[in-house]
Amino acid sequence: MVANWPAALAATQQDFPYILPEVMLAFFGLATLLTDFLLEENQKSWNAVTAMLGVVFSGISLWLLHPVASEMNLRFGGMIVIDRFFILFGFIFLAATALVILLSARYMEIEGEHGGEYYALMLFSVVGMMFLACGNDLVVLFIALETMALSFYVLTGFLRGSRRSNEAAMKYVLLGAFSSGILAYGFSILYGLSGPPGSTNLAVIAIKVAQRPSYDLFVLLALVTVSTGLFFKIAAVPFHQWAPDVYEGAPTTITAFVSVASKTASFALLLRLFLTVFWSVRHEWVPLVEAVAILSLTFGNIVAITQNNIKRLLAYSSISHVGYILLGLVAAVNIDGSLNPRGLQAVMFYLLVYAFFNTGAFAVVILLRRKGIIGDDLEDLNGLMQRNPGAAVLMLVFLLSLVGIPPTAGFLAKLMVLWALIETGHTTLAVLGVIYILPALYYYFRMVANMWVREPTDSIRPIITLAQGLALTVAVAVTLAAGIYPEPFLRLASRSLLFPFGH
Amino acid sequence: MLFSDNHILSTILFTPLVGAVLLCFVPRGSANASRVIGNLFGFLGLIVSLPLLWKFQANSSAAFQFVQDLAWIPSIGAHYTLGLDGLSFLLVMLTTILGPIAILSSWSAIQKREKEYYLLLLMLQTGMLGVFMSLDFVLFYVFWEIMLVPMYFLIGVWGSERRLYAAIKFFLYTLAGSVLMLLAILAIYHSRGTFDIREILLHPFTTQYGQLEKWLFWGFFFAFAIKVPMFPFHTWLPDAHTEAPTAGSVILAGVLLKMGTYGFLRFSVPMFPDAAVKYRGILVALSLVGIIYGALVCMMQKDMKKLIAYSSVSHMGFCTLGIFALTPLGLSGSIIQQINHGISTGALFLIVGVLYERRHTRLISEFGGLSTPMPNFAAVYMIVTLSSLGMPLLNGFIGEFTILRGAFEVRWQWAAWGVLGVVLGAAYLLWLYQRVMFGSVTNPANENMPDLNAREYATLLPLVFLAFWIGIYPAPLFQVLDKPVQRIVQTVNPSYYVPSAPAPPAALSAPAGTVPAAAPTRGDQSTPSNARSVNVRAVKEGK
Repeated sequence: MVANWPAALAATQQDFPYILPEVMLAFFGLATLLTDFLLEENQKSWNAVTAMLGVVFSGISLWLLHPVASEMNLRFGGMIVIDRFFILFGFIFLAATALVILLSARYMEIEGEHGGEYYALMLFSVVGMMFLACGNDLVVLFIALETMALSFYVLTGFLRGSRRSNEAAMKYVLLGAFSSGILAYGFSILYGLSGPPGSTNLAVIAIKVAQRPSYDLFVLLALVTVSTGLFFKIAAVPFHQWAPDVYEGAPTTITAFVSVASKTASFALLLRLFLTVFWSVRHEWVPLVEAVAILSLTFGNIVAITQNNIKRLLAYSSISHVGYILLGLVAAVNIDGSLNPRGLQAVMFYLLVYAFFNTGAFAVVILLRRKGIIGDDLEDLNGLMQRNPGAAVLMLVFLLSLVGIPPTAGFLAKLMVLWALIETGHTTLAVLGVIYILPALYYYFRMVANMWVREPTDSIRPIITLAQGLALTVAVAVTLAAGIYPEPFLRLASRSLLFPFGH
Repeated sequence: MLFSDNHILSTILFTPLVGAVLLCFVPRGSANASRVIGNLFGFLGLIVSLPLLWKFQANSSAAFQFVQDLAWIPSIGAHYTLGLDGLSFLLVMLTTILGPIAILSSWSAIQKREKEYYLLLLMLQTGMLGVFMSLDFVLFYVFWEIMLVPMYFLIGVWGSERRLYAAIKFFLYTLAGSVLMLLAILAIYHSRGTFDIREILLHPFTTQYGQLEKWLFWGFFFAFAIKVPMFPFHTWLPDAHTEAPTAGSVILAGVLLKMGTYGFLRFSVPMFPDAAVKYRGILVALSLVGIIYGALVCMMQKDMKKLIAYSSVSHMGFCTLGIFALTPLGLSGSIIQQINHGISTGALFLIVGVLYERRHTRLISEFGGLSTPMPNFAAVYMIVTLSSLGMPLLNGFIGEFTILRGAFEVRWQWAAWGVLGVVLGAAYLLWLYQRVMFGSVTNPANENMPDLNAREYATLLPLVFLAFWIGIYPAPLFQVLDKPVQRIVQTVNPSYYVPSAPAPPAALSAPAGTVPAAAPTRGDQSTPSNARSVNVRAVKEGK
């Protein structure tokens, strides 16, 4: 080992530019912690600016990686891979982070928890997400997942004075640690399968797994444990119990962040594992994913109907969205076992646009926050159309997109998933998928009814700050653009799949 | 440029939307500015559609005219394709006429949140026009669904007491049908590799597609049956109609319901002809049940608006009866009756609106003897009632008579049940008129009811004029419908055009699109003359 140091160091120096996006984030995260000391209590908003700079620089470095991502570009001895899949996911994470930072400045000020740690932790969690999307090695992936998860545990409990926040963080830590343990167990089995000599590289493991006899006990065990860990992270039924509590208790900005960025990152991991390591056992995981998707759709949609808390309602509805995305994954495998690109394209497009309209919906909830009111009760929306028509119209667009009504991005996303399902002969799943649009319409439109039809219960008009306005504009622009002229977004989604997934 | 043959449909389609966008910039509170812009663009929408009247060629050999075709989403093969044939031409004109009337009728009726109101009405107008113009499945579906949103708000915000319930019920019911249609559309693409409606019309699905044709037929059926609405999918309609504001009801009855029958005529019948023939028995039975049931329920109503809502169920039953008779007479009668229903029922809802605005009640028992204080109103109402119940010289007669003749050609029993519906229709409409208008004024609140004002005349008289015109000289309509109807019948019921009595098997399998043996002439005013070569037995044996 010692003898290899110089060579390893040289290689690291050579490969360093390829992890620049993550380095930027980590650097600015640390910078936020330091500059926080220099700021007076009333200047804390500058922390958001520092964090935003980190996102921008990371975005630029990610953009510079774009040309080298055209083929599978393995770095650090195969530990990370720079491909278009990573680039697209990277941009989704950064976009979501930027939106959440814009929304946070005012929100955290009201909460009185405007510390630099908040932004630093956000950036650290994005470092984890980035490595989740580009990791090609079990160890890298696991560390990345934990980096992300640990940051989120803290962020969830960030409102020290709030019991709900603390309770949510506690639940999240306990269940999260449990699921990480199961995932780690799965990884260890995969490592065992790769030997001798053991390797943590996904490509090596994939080859070894493919060589196992069909219905091999160890492969199945690895599949089940790894999927359990992943299903927990994406909050799919039956591993969803943490989601409603965490969504409700966490600061609303973090709720938006968890529901979008963390979920998308976990999907990046799930897709990479299922499409490389477990690709050879696709006939085993397709029914598994199918079952989880049906359960998520059913449970998420039905329970959401009875919710009176917006954050909980969105939590359950996001469980149902996970169901749709998983259906897209099911439809990525043709009956004869070959890859159906349309299914994957649907998944990518769904994740891409979901990040914007879901964040947008949370953004409006964030607007409702003011001293004394959390703004997450359905009644808090009452008469929003009279109090702040702009916010009400934006919320309508986001909710229409969440239901899947044209001309919004959500419609196209569902259309792509359904199309892929029909192409792969899953007609029953497709019928189920469209039937569940009806309860979704019902519960999302309870919010619409409160905003547009009911009279205001108080006369206070929510104010939109410049930053919040910017975030909302971006979110609504993408939601409508991807609904009215989705071509560029669809191309982006399909181009991100130009890598040898599915053999 | 805007009115060239390639762009005129886009111009008509987006004129109301431009108005909606402009309305966004009107400051809140300046209600009259919203009213003026709303009415202006509503009327402008009618003006820009007028060139169609002389540009549209009834005997053009092209299936669709004014076609505009642009690539929209190449990744999924969706196009922005618009076009008109005789069927959609009439429905587009109906929409552009009823739109401004509905907008004008709201001038004083809507007293809150005017800006949003007119904005939504104009958006609704664009959505409905898009449905009738689209020649691409994805585009069609987008418009089909977009239009639900403004209607939800029109009912939900400006409706009466149970408006929220009615609005979400309307939305849920129609969405339930349309999502299944979405799957059917995707399945069509999967099977044929195109979203082009013209392509599928040219090469329809037949029995050789096996089960697929059957499933696709039913996939589309629910969307349209709920929209029409056919019995037993009609339960959303009384609620939505009753709770909606007057303009909402006019649009709902006048145009929205036609989207269902349009769907049957454009998709269900010509695209899945064998399934349509196979299941016509069920569909005709449902139509007849709808006619009789709707009429009987009307007899029981205490609320004027609800009564007219149920009369829509009955009248739309005639339209579907005509469609599934699958004869040229039935089909063209059905389309004419759709136009008629738009005119008559639209006018009836306006009349209820006139009363509601004066008394803020729709209960029949609250009125009586209104012909004394409101003589002019009584005259207009009488004409509209007679037009709705099918009095000769007025429009309703032409439609119902042609439908019944078309149904009679196939089974006389169908026509017999239909006639019963006509009789019942006359009964409940006249009874309603009698209870509201005749006798002496019993309720003191009605004694000094003002008669129609100029604006109300402006909304009602155009409809009265149209009712007379169609009733006296319907030939132009039949001419416009001749070609599209012929195309549908040739696809679904080709043996109809074979002249000799016992149709030889070879003729039965004659490919669609061949020139019919009896070339249509345009001598007869009320019926397309190809009906003269009717071969009733061939129709019966053909299925």
